[in-house]
Amino acid sequence: MNTLLNKKKEPIDKLAAASGRSLGGEAIRRMLRSPVAITGGIITGLFLIVAIFAPLLEPKDPDVHYLGDQIRPNFIPGAQSGFPLGVDDFGRDFLSRLIAGAQQTLIVGVLATIVGVLIGVIIGGLAGAFGGWVDTVLMRLVDVMLSFPSLLLAISIAALFAQPSQWTVILAVSMIGVPIFARLLRGSMLSQRDADHVLAARSLGVKRGAIVFRHMLPNSLGPVIVQATLTLATSILEAAALSFLGLGDPDPSRAEWGLMLGKASHQFLDVRPELAYYPAIAIIIVALGFTLVGESLREALDPKNRR
Amino acid sequence: MALLEVRDLKVDFVRRGERSFTAVDEISFDVEPGQTVGLVGESGCGKSVTSLAIMRLLARRGNKVSGSVRFEGTDLLKLSDREMRDRRGRDLGMVFQDPLSSLNPVIPIGLQITEVLERHRGMSRKAASVEATDLLDKVGIPDPSRRLSEYPHQLSGGMRQRALIAIALACRPRLLIADEPTTALDVTIQAQILALLRELVQDTGTALIMITHDLGVVAGLCDEVNVLYGGKIVERAQRHQLFGEPRHPYTHGLLASIPRLDAGRGEKLVPIRGSVSDNIPWEGGCAFAPRCPNALPVCREVSPQLVPDQGGLLRCHNPVRPAVAAGGGAR
Repeated sequence: MNTLLNKKKEPIDKLAAASGRSLGGEAIRRMLRSPVAITGGIITGLFLIVAIFAPLLEPKDPDVHYLGDQIRPNFIPGAQSGFPLGVDDFGRDFLSRLIAGAQQTLIVGVLATIVGVLIGVIIGGLAGAFGGWVDTVLMRLVDVMLSFPSLLLAISIAALFAQPSQWTVILAVSMIGVPIFARLLRGSMLSQRDADHVLAARSLGVKRGAIVFRHMLPNSLGPVIVQATLTLATSILEAAALSFLGLGDPDPSRAEWGLMLGKASHQFLDVRPELAYYPAIAIIIVALGFTLVGESLREALDPKNRR
Repeated sequence: MALLEVRDLKVDFVRRGERSFTAVDEISFDVEPGQTVGLVGESGCGKSVTSLAIMRLLARRGNKVSGSVRFEGTDLLKLSDREMRDRRGRDLGMVFQDPLSSLNPVIPIGLQITEVLERHRGMSRKAASVEATDLLDKVGIPDPSRRLSEYPHQLSGGMRQRALIAIALACRPRLLIADEPTTALDVTIQAQILALLRELVQDTGTALIMITHDLGVVAGLCDEVNVLYGGKIVERAQRHQLFGEPRHPYTHGLLASIPRLDAGRGEKLVPIRGSVSDNIPWEGGCAFAPRCPNALPVCREVSPQLVPDQGGLLRCHNPVRPAVAAGGGAR
């Protein structure tokens, strides 16, 4: 009898614990039940492991020219033992270069997103906190940025620099996200301005800085965080696109998926087409992974989806 | 000298290209230390705008506030923004209607209390959290030290309102404005919150302005009651006077429309006809005249003045006579 009672008590305790979970905990719990989130999570997780531990995982040194003696202007040796994906036009192991490229992709994508979020949050935060003419001026600026197609904007910014490098790519790609983050944050900051708890904080004489940073900003950041995961995917795509178009880092030793794809498709698509497929597939899969994670995060954080 | 002297407070909502709308029309009242004053009326009568105007929390643009609000002799309306911020929360506190949306959802309760203590009483974070535990205990929240680290959504509605009251009273303000503090709560919790407010007001000598549409709240709590209609005070009386002998037909109507346990079987409730119109003109006659059962021809022509009446104030040409009022006696 006693054990039966205890058994019955257990789920009730669990229920009680679940009801007291924070918003973040609730979102994680919901994501763990969604197949979309799990698929995205696995892809993203594998990519992160490969990118972070790239130097350990590369079977060969990605910068050493191995089969240089076999390469002719119109011949590149295919896959063979020791080179599962073959070699590129310099005889470098393609698998190792793909793995090294994962790290490059992660660095460029993450940094571009972070820079975009920072600039966007500063612009949107100022506009939302001050309102009035500050808001008007900043938002017109953002409108101008939004009026350019995103890739065109990135290309124009990248083309401004005489000496293209990894940093010009990061800066150019980050500018695509800036207007989106700025508008998002400004919108939710403005709605927070009239929120009851902000009025309550004002009725307590809380200082203006504390109202903005402690009461308005933390309540406005949710959509920005979700957008950042989605932007991570587009950042990777845009960075690859810039390299593909020859606006990326020209250093030939740098393993970068967009650059590898561009070179393979421009110069030896008819000789070794698979050298173009591999980086293209890698780009697609990684972008898909981040998109799935972002979408399911958005869904999980949406209070309307509460179950 | 009264703690708070509101004189001819007038709030106009101004919009470009449109006629301005007078939400609060020359309201005057006093609050003595330790006294509880009620502002009663239906939606749109200007009671919340009055409280926001006293606290100077109305939007910066789109309205014009005139008159004076003297708190211990200082006109709050003439203070700089910074001086007013220093007084809010320290001298004047406010409790809002919806306890969930009035708490910051992403910050633990404790931090929302210590924030005010650090701000106004210059306490260290450590001392403030000790004080916060004390405050939560005082407003009847069990296990207060655990509650400090909990988020608003983890508390029940009644607990949240208790927490809000604790925050508003953290710096022992001399005046507390409660804007419909029980409207969002269910009836049993309402009674608890009202009992808590009454106790706190008596213990600390805090003056209280109680804003409500619920006459039951007024009956239980207020010393003096102001009945508002269309932005003006239409009747002011001591609590017993108001419930025993309502003079204004509007007050009488409000009392008559409350269900009573001792009413005879089959006795119908008497509602007030019509509803508050958006813009009630007091210029040409009494604003209540279109809905008033006692209306005389003069009511639609001459706007009545607020005159002394039976120890209170009354704004009516044809008040309810005591004999008639007996039907709507004290609850």
